Amino acid sequence: MPSLNKASLWLRRQNPGRASVFGIPLLWLLVFFGLPFLIIARISLSEVVIGLPPYSDLLSWSEEGVLQLRVSFANFLLLFEDSLYFDAFTGSLCVAAVSTLLCLLLGYPMALGITRAPAHWRVPLLMLVILPFWTSFLIRVYAWIGILKGNGLINNLLLWLGWIDQPLKLLHTDFAVYLGIVYAYLPFMVLPLYATLSRMDHSLLEAAADLGCRPLCAFWRVTVPLSMPGIVAGSLLVFVPAVGEFVIPDLLGGPDTLMIGKVLWTEFFNNRDWPVAASVAVALLALLVLPVMLFERFREKEQEA
Amino acid sequence: MAGPKSELAAWQDPNAAPLVEIENVTKTFDGHYAVDDVSLAIYPGEFFSLLGASGCGKTTLLRMLAGFERPDSGRLLIGAQDVTEMPPYRRPVNMMFQSYALFPHLSVADNIAFGLKQERLPRAEIRQRVQEMLELVRLEKYGKRKPDQLSGGQRQRVALARSLVKQPKLLLLDEPLGALDRKLREHTQFELVNIQERLGITFVMVTHDQEEAMTMSTRMAVMNEGRIRQVGTPGELYEFPANSFVAGFIGALNQFEARVLSQEGERLSVLSDAADAELQVNAAHSVAPGTPLVTAVRPEKVRISREQPTGADNCLQGKVEEIAYLGDVSIYHVRVPGGALVEAQLTNRARHAQADLTWGDLAWVSWKAEDALALLE
Repeated sequence: MPSLNKASLWLRRQNPGRASVFGIPLLWLLVFFGLPFLIIARISLSEVVIGLPPYSDLLSWSEEGVLQLRVSFANFLLLFEDSLYFDAFTGSLCVAAVSTLLCLLLGYPMALGITRAPAHWRVPLLMLVILPFWTSFLIRVYAWIGILKGNGLINNLLLWLGWIDQPLKLLHTDFAVYLGIVYAYLPFMVLPLYATLSRMDHSLLEAAADLGCRPLCAFWRVTVPLSMPGIVAGSLLVFVPAVGEFVIPDLLGGPDTLMIGKVLWTEFFNNRDWPVAASVAVALLALLVLPVMLFERFREKEQEA
Repeated sequence: MAGPKSELAAWQDPNAAPLVEIENVTKTFDGHYAVDDVSLAIYPGEFFSLLGASGCGKTTLLRMLAGFERPDSGRLLIGAQDVTEMPPYRRPVNMMFQSYALFPHLSVADNIAFGLKQERLPRAEIRQRVQEMLELVRLEKYGKRKPDQLSGGQRQRVALARSLVKQPKLLLLDEPLGALDRKLREHTQFELVNIQERLGITFVMVTHDQEEAMTMSTRMAVMNEGRIRQVGTPGELYEFPANSFVAGFIGALNQFEARVLSQEGERLSVLSDAADAELQVNAAHSVAPGTPLVTAVRPEKVRISREQPTGADNCLQGKVEEIAYLGDVSIYHVRVPGGALVEAQLTNRARHAQADLTWGDLAWVSWKAEDALALLE
């Protein structure tokens, strides 16, 4: 039986180590991403009902005993019709974009500084960047409330110095949201930047200086282009989770802070409208896949060139 | 051209103005003297080599000329201008790096154009000069490639083109051929010399390879432990080394430690324990009896024969321990009674006469007093 021979030959050619290298992450993605996503996608196509679970079945038996498939795109239409969702999406994108830019402006000098620091300083400095991860994310964001609130650290200090008469409203503002996001995601910018910058050959900067470049010019013409992969990776690592961020705007933001993560939460838990919440989640994913795909494109182009 | 052409080389002409003047330059790293009180003058149009083993300070000296290191003391002048404190981007100097340091994100043409764009030259002029450089290094077809798509030899030529395109007064080359394989290196040596002669730019090259320095340089400086041990043309350094370090560094050498017995005119008689014999050597200056010195002779000046030669100033009998046949020459190692191993080199035209010599045979090694060197330390 030639087909059986072929199959056994194929099996023998498969290196088990190689198969598991590809297989395990694939299985992981399938079980923990693929399946949940399918469930969410399925809920997003159903209608809200009162009951348990709070959404309609896609498949049902009609009175005549015929299997019916009822798919509803009403939830997705709602996303376009109700300006709340559009505003929340653009609000999130805007907050994430500005936060990413701030992280880049703060993180680049930090990463560059660590790279140029004396060798025995580099590990302690990197540790300082990573150290906050050892505390719970929630507690770290919560701590900012104590710092920013009306009778918190900053206001008390400014009052004590006599610089202000009235406490400033810092907490529950957009400012606090930006502060929280930049604070929480800065390490995700610094680490990939450090990884690319520390691999850069120092003699390239000497070559630039030798060819007439002042240090600032060498930075723009050599360091920045060569650290582009780090800039892109760091920006994605900040931008993507910042778009869907819920905890920070919820704890630090005001009532008028409109972000899609908060809307999602409200739909799920306050309104119990799972189908709409699911469709928001699907739309958010589609929105976030886009920059990742652009990044992949960029990387492919890099490798071709 | 105005004026008669000087018969003297630039470094012999008292009226010639040096292009590079290094005055008592010292540089330390963590208390270790990398360059120790070095003074040197290099003249326009020279191909000057700094030769020495790794860690001798030659690269530090070169990097100070480029502006990447600042001397602790002393002065550096290029074209009579004090550049000691001048940052690298303002010096009329370009450098070719040992690692080439090509910008990986730029194409070959953009790498070469990098320095010209910095000067904000018109685009047409940049394109034309880049094209000329690509032709000079025979890479016309590779302008659009990225450095990682080139072979080692091609990358080396891009690095050369990039450092020459700004027409510097002085080009610094840090082990320019170090990363090439032997055959390509020999070919590139001649190419570099041709380019240097054609463009008339002064080259200062750092190398650890004495053959490379001998082949390419007009003059060279041998360095050791941060100091210059001797400066001269390759011929001078080979024929008249000033000390045993230089003599041993350049070419193979038989050295015998000895003490002076007597002097008659320029003829010295010395006693060597290692050779267990009294040896004759010529010395230009007078030396007091009892002075320790090293008498040395190049292997190619040592004759080897089965019968005792007549009329030789120095003559030792020993046992043939080693014969190496290298094609064009053969090398004999002869152990003499004092314990020293004497190396004799014979071209294989002369070798036929000695064809009967073999391992374990007794043989005579001999050399003339005027072929030997008297090296005072």
